[in-house]
This record gives sequence, C-alpha cells and structure tokens, in this order.
Amino acid sequence: MFENLSDRLQGVFAKLTGRGKLSEADVDAAMREVRLALLEADVNFAVVKEFVARLRERAIGAEVMKSLTPGQQVVKIVLEELTGLMGGTESRLAFSGRVPNVVMLVGLQGSGKTTAAAKLANLLRKQGRRPMLVACDVYRPAAIDQLETLGRELDIPVYRGEGSDPVAIARASLKAAVADMRDVVIVDTAGRLHVDEAMMDEAARIKTAVKPDQVLMVIDAMTGQDAVTAATAFAERVDFDGVIVSKLDGDARGGAALSVRSVTGKPIKFVGVSEKMDGLEPFHPDRMARRILGMGDVVTLIEKAQETADAEASAQMEDRLRRNEFTLDDFLVQMKQLRKMGSLDEILGMIPGMGANRAALKDAKIDEKALDRTSAIIQSMTAKERVKPALINGQRRERIANGSGATVTDVNRLLKDFVQAKKMIQQMTKQKGRFRGGLPGFGQGM
Amino acid sequence: MATSWLDRLSGGLGRTRDKLGEGINVLLRRGPDVDDAFWDDLEETLIVADMGPGAAADIVGDLRDVARREALPDAAAVIDRLVGAIAGRMPAAENDPLAEDPVTVLFVGVNGTGKTTSVGKIAAAASRSGRKVLLASADTFRAAAIEQLRVWAQRAEVPLVERERGSDPASVVYDALTEARRVGSDMVLVDTAGRLHTSKDLMEELRKVQRVAVAQSVHPVRSVLVIDATTGQNGLVQARQFHDALGLDGIVLTKLDGTAKGGIAVAISRDLGLPILRLGVGEAIEDMQPFDATEFARALVGRV
Ligand SMILES: Nc1nc2c(ncn2[C@@H]2O[C@H](COP(=O)(O)OP(=O)(O)O)[C@@H](O)[C@H]2O)c(=O)[nH]1
Ligand SMILES: Nc1nc2c(ncn2[C@@H]2O[C@H](COP(=O)(O)OP(=O)(O)O)[C@@H](O)[C@H]2O)c(=O)[nH]1
Ligand SMILES: [Mg+2]
Ligand SMILES: [Mg+2]
Repeated sequence: MFENLSDRLQGVFAKLTGRGKLSEADVDAAMREVRLALLEADVNFAVVKEFVARLRERAIGAEVMKSLTPGQQVVKIVLEELTGLMGGTESRLAFSGRVPNVVMLVGLQGSGKTTAAAKLANLLRKQGRRPMLVACDVYRPAAIDQLETLGRELDIPVYRGEGSDPVAIARASLKAAVADMRDVVIVDTAGRLHVDEAMMDEAARIKTAVKPDQVLMVIDAMTGQDAVTAATAFAERVDFDGVIVSKLDGDARGGAALSVRSVTGKPIKFVGVSEKMDGLEPFHPDRMARRILGMGDVVTLIEKAQETADAEASAQMEDRLRRNEFTLDDFLVQMKQLRKMGSLDEILGMIPGMGANRAALKDAKIDEKALDRTSAIIQSMTAKERVKPALINGQRRERIANGSGATVTDVNRLLKDFVQAKKMIQQMTKQKGRFRGGLPGFGQGM
Repeated sequence: MATSWLDRLSGGLGRTRDKLGEGINVLLRRGPDVDDAFWDDLEETLIVADMGPGAAADIVGDLRDVARREALPDAAAVIDRLVGAIAGRMPAAENDPLAEDPVTVLFVGVNGTGKTTSVGKIAAAASRSGRKVLLASADTFRAAAIEQLRVWAQRAEVPLVERERGSDPASVVYDALTEARRVGSDMVLVDTAGRLHTSKDLMEELRKVQRVAVAQSVHPVRSVLVIDATTGQNGLVQARQFHDALGLDGIVLTKLDGTAKGGIAVAISRDLGLPILRLGVGEAIEDMQPFDATEFARALVGRV
C-alpha cells in the first residue's frame, strides 16, 4: 500500500527540524506530497491541480507557517478541504408525493448496479416502503435471472415484463407496481459505455418513460482517472441526481468518488461495502476524506462495533465498564462480536497507521477455531476467576489448560490479551465519553 | 451486426487511441520545443491514462535522459521514443497459457471485471480453432453467475460443468477435471467468483480451488488475472495480492472499448513481470483481441 499523507508530510517536515519557520520552498515540497497522495488515490488530475492550487494559498497563509507542527497543520487543512469538496451527508432520497416513486440506476458495465438495486430495495423496505424491482438489462446474459434471484432471496417482487425493449418494460412496470400496491419502483438498467451513442440514448428514453424521482449513477470505487469522463457524459445525457460508490469494502482509496463529486457536482448518496444485501451504507464525507489520504477510519470501526453489539448487552457492558468491572466473560462476548464485525483485515484497514502494517499481519486471522479455543479456556475457569483474573496463578493456569485442552502458553496469552483489551476499552471509554458495544480487542491468540 | 470482426476490434481500441491520441496531439500542437512545460504535459498525459504518478515520472525521467543524451530534435521525436519506452516495460508472453495445449486455466479477479465474459469469448475462439474446450462454473456465489456462464457455453458451443449455487467451488473444479479426463478435453477454462483481494477468506478459498485443480488436472494449471481497463491505482495492489496468492501467469485486460486507457496494466505488467495476453474490446463473443506491446503502446500514445 501507499504511504498515508500524514507519514509523507512527516517525512517532508522532519528534514526541517530546528528551523522555526517554513519557507515557501517547504510549502512547495509539502504540496508535491499532497499532489502525489491524491493522484495515487485516483483523484482526477484536473481536480488535483485545482485542489493543490487552493491549498497552497491556505498553506502559505499564517496557519501553517507559524505552526509548531506544520505537517499536522497541513493534514488538517487537506482534510477540511477534501471533506468540504465532498459535500454534506444527505443520504436520504428526495421523493415526490406521487405513487409509485421511481429510482433508476445507471452506470458502466460491472459497476454494481444490479447489486445496488437489490440492496436499495432492501433498505427502503426497512424504512417501511413497499419496493418493487424492475429488470431492464435485456443484454447481459442472465442479468434478469440475477435480479430475480436477489429479489426472491429478499422476498421483494421483480418485474421483468415482456419482450426485450427496456423502455417498454420500464413503462409497463409502473402499472404493475400500482396493481401490486407497491409504492417505490427501482429500475435496474444494463451497463453501458458513455461513448455508446445508442445505449446512452436508450437510458435517456427509459428516463423519459418513467420520470424517476431519483436517477443514481453507480461508480466502482476502484475506478481510475476515467471516472470523470464517464460521469460527465452520464450527467449530460441522463442527468443523474446522485452517486452510489460501490465496492468500498476493498482497499481502494476511492479518489474517483471525490473526482465525480467535484466535476459533476452530484452528491454521493450511498456506499456499497459488501456483496451482501445489507451492504449499503450512508456516505460520510469526512471518512471518505481520511480514506483517500490513507488515514484510517476509526469512526466506522467504532460504529461497526456498535451496530453488531446487541443493545441490551451493550448497555450492561457500558455500566460495568464505568465501574471498571470488565471481566473475562465480557471479553468473550466482545470477541464473538468482533467476529461478527467482519474480517480482521477489514477491521485493521480502518485503524489509522495500520495500512502499512497490514502486510505484516497477513496471517493474523480471527477464525472460528481460535475463537472456540478461547471460549473453551474461559469456560474452564471458575466464575470467580472470570471476574477476578488476578486470582489465576500458575497452578490454576495449569488446571485451566488441562480442562480446556489448551497449553499453559495459550492461557497466558489469553490473559495478556485480556489485560490489553481492558486497557484499550478504558481508553476508548474516555475518548468517546459513552461507549457502546464491541471493542477492537484483537490479540495474537485469536 | 453489420460491422466486421476486425472493424469492431480496431474500433474498440481506436477510441482508446483517439482519446490519448488527443492528449498527445495537444502536446505536438504546442510546437516542436521540448521545454519544461512539454515534459509536464507529457507526464500529465500518462497520469490521465492511469499509468500512475510513479510510473509516469519514471518514464518521463528516462525520456528526458534520452532526449538530452541523443539530442532529440523535437517533440515528435520524443513521442516516438515514448512508444518504445512504454512497450519496453511490458514483457512478452513467452508461453501464452491461452495457447498452451493442453491446459487448465483459472480466471480470477475482483468483482465485475469481465471474467465470465472473457471465459466465454476465449472458449469460443479456441473451440473455433479446433480445441476441445470445457468450461467450469466455479462462481457458485453471485446470483445467476452459473446461468450467465451457461449462456456463454451455449454461444461458444462448448460443454459446461456446474453444480448448484452455494456449492464449494473447489468441488466444481474437481467435477470438471474429472469430466475433462473422461471426454478428453485439452482446454479447461474455470470461471471463478469475483473477490476483493482484501478478503482473506475468499483468497484462501481461491487457493484451495487452485490446489484442487493442480491435484486433479492432467494438464498444467495456469492462472490469469482479469483486469478492467477503467481500474485506477488499486489495480496494482489487486494484482500483487492475486499474484502472491496464486502465482499468476498473465493478464486479460477488458473494457478497452471505452475511453479508459488501461494504463494501470502497464504498471502491473512492469511491476510483476506479467504478460498481457488478450484485450477485451466489447460485450460480443468476438470482442477479444490479441495483445502486442508495441501496438498497445502506439494505441496509447495515438501513433498508429
Ligand atoms: N465486494 C463488493 N462487491 C460488490 C459490491 N457491489 C457489487 N459487487 C459485486 O460486483 C460484481 C458486479 O455487480 P453487478 O451488480 O452485477 O454489476 P452491474 O453489472 O453493474 O449490474 C458482482 O460480483 C457483485 O457481487 C460491493 O459493494 N462490494
Ligand atoms: N464494454 C465492455 N464490457 C465488457 C467487457 N468485458 C465484460 N464486459 C461487461 O462487463 C460486465 C461484467 O462482466 P462479467 O463477465 O460478468 O464480469 P465478472 O463479474 O468478472 O465475471 C458485463 O456487463 C459484461 O458484459 C468488454 O471488454 N467491454
Ligand atoms: Mg446488472
Ligand atoms: Mg462472473
């Protein structure tokens, strides 16, 4: 992976120690690093150029020159500017009063439209709507099957209509929706290249036929410089209202998202974070900014922990934490929740500074087996020991090891992990004020 | 379809060419002077082609040296050299796994790059040239992935081995290779599920597929990475991870019929020493083109 901007700037400014003030040449050096970081994150060249010019002005201003930590100061400004560029956090879709509402998805081939259509239907249903999916990709082999399969799994109806004219199918779907008392229709369309005249025209005709409340363009987070070219063409021909950035669960920096936002002015509404049907989340500009700069995403991590944790258990836990009563039982619960949160790799990616260390941690893995072993060890402890691990002396360790089929080393490691986790939680509790749910307390033993 | 096969192919790449060609033509229109602004513009052109800021700076640096050493007369001369510099970064395929006979090939890559479509196109071309092809649908995860490959198998008129969705992909490969032995196939093409290189479990699953293939195949087993030409710098990370996991034998670069230039493929090819084997230039069965480094580089810089 690439270095993150923070490390890079530290590199630049480290050479300047001893000098009180920054020269313009220093600022130039910093700007070069910013430029490189953004280009490596796939932010469009033209966008980078403009951005760096604006940034330079701010950096040359008093803020950075006088700062004792100019590197951090630059990072702060870059983050602010990037976040601002990406706009607000409005993920809600603006719907008119008519029934049914219509959402239409467009984009290049393989960007994730069909998956996003199904995820969106799932999300809207959770919000109390009655969605229907419409299969207008008559070109890609089995594209209709794909949507029907997803619909069946979600138990959401899929309209496929008759014949092979996507415009006619889309138009007819509205009547079908009314007949079935569906109040929102999500139209999945075929992938198309922005240079394909006939296909772009078709998209425009589908739009005219169903007059969507929202047209969303699905853009793959891994897209490079060309994202801007494609999005500009779609904006001209179909005029979409917002963007879904798909496949953000990987480690792509996602500069395409920033580029598209800044060139078309269209807001990013959702991000796709898995192949599964619940993998559609609201967009957060600040997190995206940190991601583009390779600076981790602690907020997502904490939120993920919160989501996975069951609310009641969390409340209890919070209470106990406040009284500093975190026990080995709690530890076990936490680890089980951690497992639910996703792969260790994914979690590590969200921790600042971990990007570079990920390769080293390649083999670390929370697998079910290790979790079973950990739980066996904890279950071999007495209730007292679990609450008060300090009781566990050498003799007890041996007993626990024998009882759980583990080695004394395993037991030692677990206890060490526990102590570390406890420390981490205490820190997080302090930082967050209120702590709810899971913790990222992964140890080697897992 | 009215257009001929070749027309479509060159049409697809032509658009790529035109776009970057535009950039280069702008460079040339600046006049013959090779000044600092020229070098900056050249670097920009390469970055916009997704070659990455690092590789772009490298290429421009090399060219600058050459221009000085050999006292290149003007911008046009420099750009001619650029073609050589780009082509020189991409190793030729000494053994094209897609031409190897007999062979078993796994098609791997992140989600939505064009694996299934490429398998279909390659199967059709091989079958037409007399190979005995068999397809295996080891994408048992994505909805209707099996049905999609089934359509391609019909189009290419080759047999397909499949199991129901959700089965272990390695078991499909096992079945397919057993079947291949029984009927005497000389080319087995395995379509796998898209997966992000960051997913440990899915990468491990892929390694298992490869292990089973190696154990069961009487033919050599090769792995080909399918990369989408619109991919940005993350493509390099993807390629490295897949290469680490499987030991890749080559790259298929798809979707060159758009405006994306596929410059990341140059970076990947150079970095990992992997040959580019084929270019995908459309969604139709005949939209697959052989790769030639010089031609590709020419197309990139708009000098054909
Ligand atoms: N990891 C991941 N994969 C995704 C995401 N969205 C879509 N995909 C995958 O990307 C591939 C293409 O998606 P699909 O919906 O068929 O794209 P379409 O051609 O635009 O309709 C499939 O393998 C999907 O499972 C996402 O947010 N994360
Ligand atoms: N324009 C264009 N589209 C392609 C090309 N190769 C594949 N596709 C399209 O990209 C999408 C994803 O392809 P698919 O083979 O399903 O990708 P997979 O998920 O990697 O198996 C489909 O809509 C294909 O028709 C290509 O070379 N050019
Ligand atoms: Mg689709
Ligand atoms: Mg596929």
